[in-house]
Amino acid sequence: MQIPAAFEYARAESLDHALQLLAEHGEEARVIAGGHSLLPMMKLRLANPEWLIDINDLADLDYITEEGDTLRIGALTRHVSLLESDAVAGLFPLVRDAEKTIADPLVRNRGTIGGSLCQADPAEDLSTVCHVLRTELVIRGPNGERTVPMRELHRGPYETSVEQNEILTEIRWPIRPRSSSAYTKVERRVGDWATTAAGACLTMGDAGQIEDVVIGLTAVGLDGGTATRAEDAIRGQQPGEELYAEAGRLAAEDCNPVGDQRGTEAYKRHLADELTQRVLRKAVERVNSTAAARS
Amino acid sequence: MTAIEERPANPAAAAENRPIGFGRLQRKEDPRFIRGKGHYLDDVVLPGMLHGAMLRSPYAHAKLISIDTSAALAHPGVHAVITGKDLEGLNLAWAPTLSADVMAILATDKVRFQGQEVAFVVADDRYSARDALELIDVEYEALPPVINARKALDADAPVIRTDLEGRTDNHIFDWEAGDAAETDAVFARADVVVTEDIVYPRVHPAPMETCGAVADYDPIDGKLTLWETTQAPHAHRTLYAIVAGIPEHKIRVISPDIGGGFGNKVGIYPGYVCAVVGSIVTGKPVKWVEDRSENLMSTSFARDYLMHGEVAATNDGKILAVRTTVLADHGAFNATAQPTKYPAGFFHIFTGSYDLEAAHCKVTGVYTNKAPGGVAYACSFRVTEAVYLVERMVDVLALKLGIDPAEIRLKNFIKPEQFPYQNKTGWEYDSGEYERAMRMAMDMAGYDELRREQAEKRERGELMGIGVTFFTETVGAGPRKHMDIVGLGMADGAELRVHPTGKAVVRLSVQSQGQGHETTFAQIVSEEIGIPPEDIEVVHGDTDNTPFGLGTYGSRSTPVSGGAVAMVTRKVRDKARLIAAAMLETRPEDLEWEKGRFFVKGDPSQGKTIAEIAMGAHGTVTLPEGVDGNLDAEVTYDPPNLTFPFGAYICVVDIDPGTGVVKVRRFIAVDDCGTRINEMIIEGQVHGGLTDGVGMALMEIIDFDEDGNCLGGSFMDYLIPTAMEVPDWETGHTVTPSPHHPIGAKGIGESATVGSPSAVVNAVVDALQPYGVVHIDMPCTPSRVWEAMQGRHVPTAGV
Repeated sequence: MQIPAAFEYARAESLDHALQLLAEHGEEARVIAGGHSLLPMMKLRLANPEWLIDINDLADLDYITEEGDTLRIGALTRHVSLLESDAVAGLFPLVRDAEKTIADPLVRNRGTIGGSLCQADPAEDLSTVCHVLRTELVIRGPNGERTVPMRELHRGPYETSVEQNEILTEIRWPIRPRSSSAYTKVERRVGDWATTAAGACLTMGDAGQIEDVVIGLTAVGLDGGTATRAEDAIRGQQPGEELYAEAGRLAAEDCNPVGDQRGTEAYKRHLADELTQRVLRKAVERVNSTAAARS
Repeated sequence: MTAIEERPANPAAAAENRPIGFGRLQRKEDPRFIRGKGHYLDDVVLPGMLHGAMLRSPYAHAKLISIDTSAALAHPGVHAVITGKDLEGLNLAWAPTLSADVMAILATDKVRFQGQEVAFVVADDRYSARDALELIDVEYEALPPVINARKALDADAPVIRTDLEGRTDNHIFDWEAGDAAETDAVFARADVVVTEDIVYPRVHPAPMETCGAVADYDPIDGKLTLWETTQAPHAHRTLYAIVAGIPEHKIRVISPDIGGGFGNKVGIYPGYVCAVVGSIVTGKPVKWVEDRSENLMSTSFARDYLMHGEVAATNDGKILAVRTTVLADHGAFNATAQPTKYPAGFFHIFTGSYDLEAAHCKVTGVYTNKAPGGVAYACSFRVTEAVYLVERMVDVLALKLGIDPAEIRLKNFIKPEQFPYQNKTGWEYDSGEYERAMRMAMDMAGYDELRREQAEKRERGELMGIGVTFFTETVGAGPRKHMDIVGLGMADGAELRVHPTGKAVVRLSVQSQGQGHETTFAQIVSEEIGIPPEDIEVVHGDTDNTPFGLGTYGSRSTPVSGGAVAMVTRKVRDKARLIAAAMLETRPEDLEWEKGRFFVKGDPSQGKTIAEIAMGAHGTVTLPEGVDGNLDAEVTYDPPNLTFPFGAYICVVDIDPGTGVVKVRRFIAVDDCGTRINEMIIEGQVHGGLTDGVGMALMEIIDFDEDGNCLGGSFMDYLIPTAMEVPDWETGHTVTPSPHHPIGAKGIGESATVGSPSAVVNAVVDALQPYGVVHIDMPCTPSRVWEAMQGRHVPTAGV
């Protein structure tokens, strides 16, 4: 049994109460939701918070709501809800692709999307998903609400722009017509963190061209989370194998993987290329099959 | 009542399905395990019990300058902080290992691997103990570590064991088997010779339950009661008596339910000794249970064999000789557990299942700055390494000669009529029908059809591999005249008592870690004397209540204790015949036995059941001269030879050419463990072992960085397979009884772990033929497979 250092615990009864508790206990207080990253870190004594502010009772932060051209996800929404939501899968199939590969059912039953994003692990699948979906994040603090785009959420590994006295409350995914997406991951074993993963979301134009595209890569040190040169190279072009290969090549060039037990640097770079091609191919297939089903 | 309570306790074992003796039977111990009522070490709670925690070295190699324990001692709830200096005063800072070396209990001069034990805190609860660890101030002076075993013997390598007088290098032993000159001669005249460097990397048994102890020393009567996660309670008791000087009759070692051992729980760990010292010092019971990282980083690892294999053969694929040199990485202390005369365990069974003209091996053991141990993870005393070597090498030869891997094995098998077979390194194989098992596996697999499918897929650029392996084990150590551990002969005791009402209790010297002993041994008694298995209580794991024996490892429980239990039951049956004769007023030789009953030859109506005889023995029947009034017996069984289980395994994999991800599609396992006692338990053992094998082949490794930091210290880094990584196992069997074993059984516990890694790796290499890959070292992670496809080797621990 691994044993954390002593800490105090408070159970928030409302979002305002949680914010008040954070303000009260200051720097050494941490919000706990699913706890599947924080608790292991505490047990290994990599994290030693003096206070845990438990927000698991804040049921009003657990929702998936379609509103106009936005899908709004409460920060306390569990992985399992995202995995099982047909609404999410219909609009953004990459979410289900990704959720299927995240940890195991026990973790997915408990872990939350807000926790995943705020943990800011460089190998976090949902971070890539949110980059690819051009996510907007709602953050509440003592002075009210603010929104930030995904690219401004992470300041570096395990570091976010959510301040000590703030809580991430909502994740907003813009809904676009004639769009689809895909995510794929290579792992050494089911439930492992990604050796490398890729996600893509694209919108097809009237002439069958790729009107818009976002490509994201996981765990390979991609600046800003998206492969912009690859995106630029294929935007406006007709989809096809040569185009995917070009996108893969550029994405692989732009990432900065580090060799470790999951894989060599060369292998991860190769995967960035290979998986970029696979998600583009899959996303195009999905748009086309949806369009075919409609016509 | 809940839904669970309404279910019958053991539905498949309804009375009509229950065998008397051998047969498929649900495990007697399972109701308590599946209901959460097992009693494991951490369930032991004693009044006033204190808790221990271990401070470990962050360095792989460093001089110990000073330890300041004052702040830890001042921490609330702390009763004692024990250091190496304190143990020196008790002459316990160092202790003998199972391999004629010494190991540090708590470091005194240097630390020699990351995770080595440095200080032990005893406190009111685990939290205080753990918190106090942070308050111990240790000053180290870092020293350069030896991590790459190939550099351990370099002239400028730092000397790790400066504690050993006169030691100027990191060499532990050289050991040889077979005839070097004869082997060289055969190699010199062979048509073809293939060679390959093959690493069996360091892996870890990672049992679900980590190691621990509860020590309760009673200062009034001087008795130590010690609950331990041990596979060998009797051997431990004797060792504590020798090392700690506590008289052996004042030591009781209890091994409660054990959550997996796999060799990880054979040795004595510093934490156990510290719990004992903690109890003596504080006068209270002390519990110490390691956490997962401590288990992975400091307890007995497995393998770490750097092998160079060579095979000599004729052009048409007749294998003439096998030669190998091995560099064995033993870590910081030589603490491997194996019979004394065999420093490389039974590695010299590397001759495999083949009829050779010559064979030779040379094994060199070296110290490195890594955790000690080495014989673990269901390895059958290094048979795993041996089988992996020969089965990889046979495939290397088959590839060179362009012969099908199944075909080349069939061509070289030892023939049934050659048994008992003397191999070239000193073993006498007891029995085998190899071709029959191989053909069965090929039939089950649809081997020819698989090869056709593979050819078609290759045309399309798809990567499919078929891996073939045939293994022979040598298990059931062993005959007393050849085999001992620290001087204790490897024979096993057993005691059987039949109660007046015909129920029985059998006491074993071996201890189960999940193998199902309470069922298997009841079935052996049942087979021999006809008492239903459910009427036989199996007692094990408590030195005060069981006869002496060496414990459970190396697949020895059925071969050795199984023999003991069969023999003790026959002894009781012989006695029952005398008593039955007295009861029936006839001569013993006029009685005939049918399972459970003696009757008068020619008059089956005149008979006595075992229960009637038991009542007679304990009642008022006039007993014959020299027969006392009970139905009990005891024996110590000294096996005449080891047993040689074997099997044919075929693995089918698909590899994604774009990512290198290996998917095990099918696995066919045909095992021959001789007489089969309980099919269900055998299948369970095989399923578990195959899963282990897939794990080692594809993902498991304890690796180190150049500073000696362990890179496998948690389950995030040390991956063990789940149901998602393994296929539905396709198992089959043949039965070739052991001619020398009382019931013909050979043991099954480790067969699948021994045999399966080479099947998977052979399949991976076979799939990669379009890329010209001849060998790939484990684990075949996606990255390592992809690198092999690019013609590159990725070293582990620098080798």
